[in-house]
Amino acid sequence: MNERTPPMRTPAFEARLKKRYAAERRFRLTGIAAIMFSMIVLAFLLVTMTLNGVGGFQRAELTVPVDFTEAGISGDPTALAQPGAMQSLEMQGLPSVVTFFAEQELGEQGAAQLGTGAWREVGRAIIDDPSLLNGSTTFDLPASSDLASALRGEGPDDLQVLAAQLAQDRKLDTHLDFGFLARSDATDPQQVGIWGALKGSILTMIVTLALAFPIGVLAALYLEEYAPKNRWTDLIEVSINNLAAVPSIIFGLLGLAVFLWIFPSMRSAPLIGGMTLALMTMPVIVISGRNAIKAVPPSIRDGALAIGASPVQVVFHHVLPLALPGILTGTIIGMARALGETAPLLMIGMRAFVAAPPDGFTSPATVLPVQIFLWSDEIDRGFVERTSAAIIVLLLFLLVMNGLAIYLRNKFEKKW
Amino acid sequence: MVTVVHPNLEDTEAKMSARDVSVFYGDKMAIDNVSIDIPTKYVTAFIGPSGCGKSTFLRTLNRMNDTIPLARVEGEILLDGDDIYRSKMDVVQLRARVGMVFQKPNPFPKSIYENIAYGPRIHGLAEGKQELDAIVETSLQRAGLWNEVKDRLEDSGTALSGGQQQRLCIARAIAVDPEVILMDEPCSALDPIATAKIEELIDELNGRYAIVIVTHSMQQAARVSQRTAFFHLGKMVEYGRTSDIFTNPLEERTKDYITGRYG
Repeated sequence: MNERTPPMRTPAFEARLKKRYAAERRFRLTGIAAIMFSMIVLAFLLVTMTLNGVGGFQRAELTVPVDFTEAGISGDPTALAQPGAMQSLEMQGLPSVVTFFAEQELGEQGAAQLGTGAWREVGRAIIDDPSLLNGSTTFDLPASSDLASALRGEGPDDLQVLAAQLAQDRKLDTHLDFGFLARSDATDPQQVGIWGALKGSILTMIVTLALAFPIGVLAALYLEEYAPKNRWTDLIEVSINNLAAVPSIIFGLLGLAVFLWIFPSMRSAPLIGGMTLALMTMPVIVISGRNAIKAVPPSIRDGALAIGASPVQVVFHHVLPLALPGILTGTIIGMARALGETAPLLMIGMRAFVAAPPDGFTSPATVLPVQIFLWSDEIDRGFVERTSAAIIVLLLFLLVMNGLAIYLRNKFEKKW
Repeated sequence: MVTVVHPNLEDTEAKMSARDVSVFYGDKMAIDNVSIDIPTKYVTAFIGPSGCGKSTFLRTLNRMNDTIPLARVEGEILLDGDDIYRSKMDVVQLRARVGMVFQKPNPFPKSIYENIAYGPRIHGLAEGKQELDAIVETSLQRAGLWNEVKDRLEDSGTALSGGQQQRLCIARAIAVDPEVILMDEPCSALDPIATAKIEELIDELNGRYAIVIVTHSMQQAARVSQRTAFFHLGKMVEYGRTSDIFTNPLEERTKDYITGRYG
């Protein structure tokens, strides 16, 4: 008399079960679709950047053999080691020597298309190696940016003809431009470099990290472990959360009003930029730090207290080491944001044209994102590729920074 | 209503004494006027239904309640005649003298060696590495864990089984050479075999340290303790020799609890 179907096998149950499985499949598919979409966008971004940027790491160069034996330039190595060596070479007529040999090799028209500061590259080579003055050497010198775009097939017809002619004679070619990573900003896209901005970014990040990390971590520790829970700490908590959401340009205004008021002579300096960005990064570190500290199980604190550790020992021997990976994650996010920040730095004058890399925390500098912003504003077509190349450098810097932080985080995590 | 204290406790030499202790969480009274002598040479068990305040009272004995912002303690608790709640009492020193083992094993996420060595190190109990090694070995031996871990002292303490972790915590408490060990339901997260080992360990430690154990299990109280206090609704209802409490309770509520009528 066992006619009854068990409840598992009723049609209604089967239908419900089917629906549940379908819902799960749908959910999984949406998840995969979301990930695919972001992967495609990311890939698109990286591919376009790379394709554009590859050109930025190259430049059109004219091949010019220079015979120094009859140029009459003095090759005293001690004089060339002096700081004013470049001026001295200029006085001795190096620019006209270079122009002379360029005219011989490329013709008058071709020589006119030599980049304006091309002789400086010859000068730098001589300073590096004075023995060059005893013989003849072939230099690859930057072409003017007009000739460079003519080589790409843009600009006036006569220049395009000239470029094609020179290229056919193997006197004009694009070469990998390692100097891009060593030079600084310039007005001619053929002669710009990213090193000045990169160094500015590095110095600024050092200041930001040195200020924001200790202050942020200590604030988080105090608020979580020591501060009494009352109206004042609630107020502080709300304020910190609000600070993290304040538009970055406001911090720039603050830096302008406060820091530049205290240090009026340090306009555009990485020190001031770093301090401004530290203000912006600190709330992020405090918030993530508090969450990481909150996540340390209370039983660990109890265990340490119960064998007679003082509150400071509990914090520094147990809580902080366990919370450190989480704090580092927050720091990565905060620092990555600071690295990509432009607006507050514009306010404190880090958008200036700086042709020499900063030689310290207090000398004028610019940073990578500001440099990108400045180049993207230029009219000269040659800057388009340079801008992409700078973006690639910025992304690589970000990658290295995050990689380092992740390495550190994993190292601390393995410890226990 | 006052606590019924059995009259035959004359031989009790008190290590700790509570005098009219009340504990408040904000406005709520968690412990109501408890007075008890904790004997030096015996294991004292606190039993009672959930929420009766036995754990709260245990935590007042080494001032672990200080970590709870709203908790307030009235009355006095004496350790060798000194009031531990007096303003000049050094809490760090107190907790070195009155150790504690918790409900859930909570070894530090460090090596087994570091777990034991941490206490002696912060209290400066060892001169040099050899002495520290000796303390680690003795503590682990007393906790009955030495033979199981002697070859892997550098392994993480959290990689041990639950029962081993709890014995590691007991060894950690022993390592700072306390006078009293408080145990807050030390076996509630363990299986019967691990529980038996811990009970055996409590038996061995009995006499060397004054031990106070909070337990949900009446059988456990009967097995390991010589003195039992029954708590109910924040009050201590009855206190006496364990044998008397279980065979001859004087209070109706105690009788109801140990016969399983509630709890």
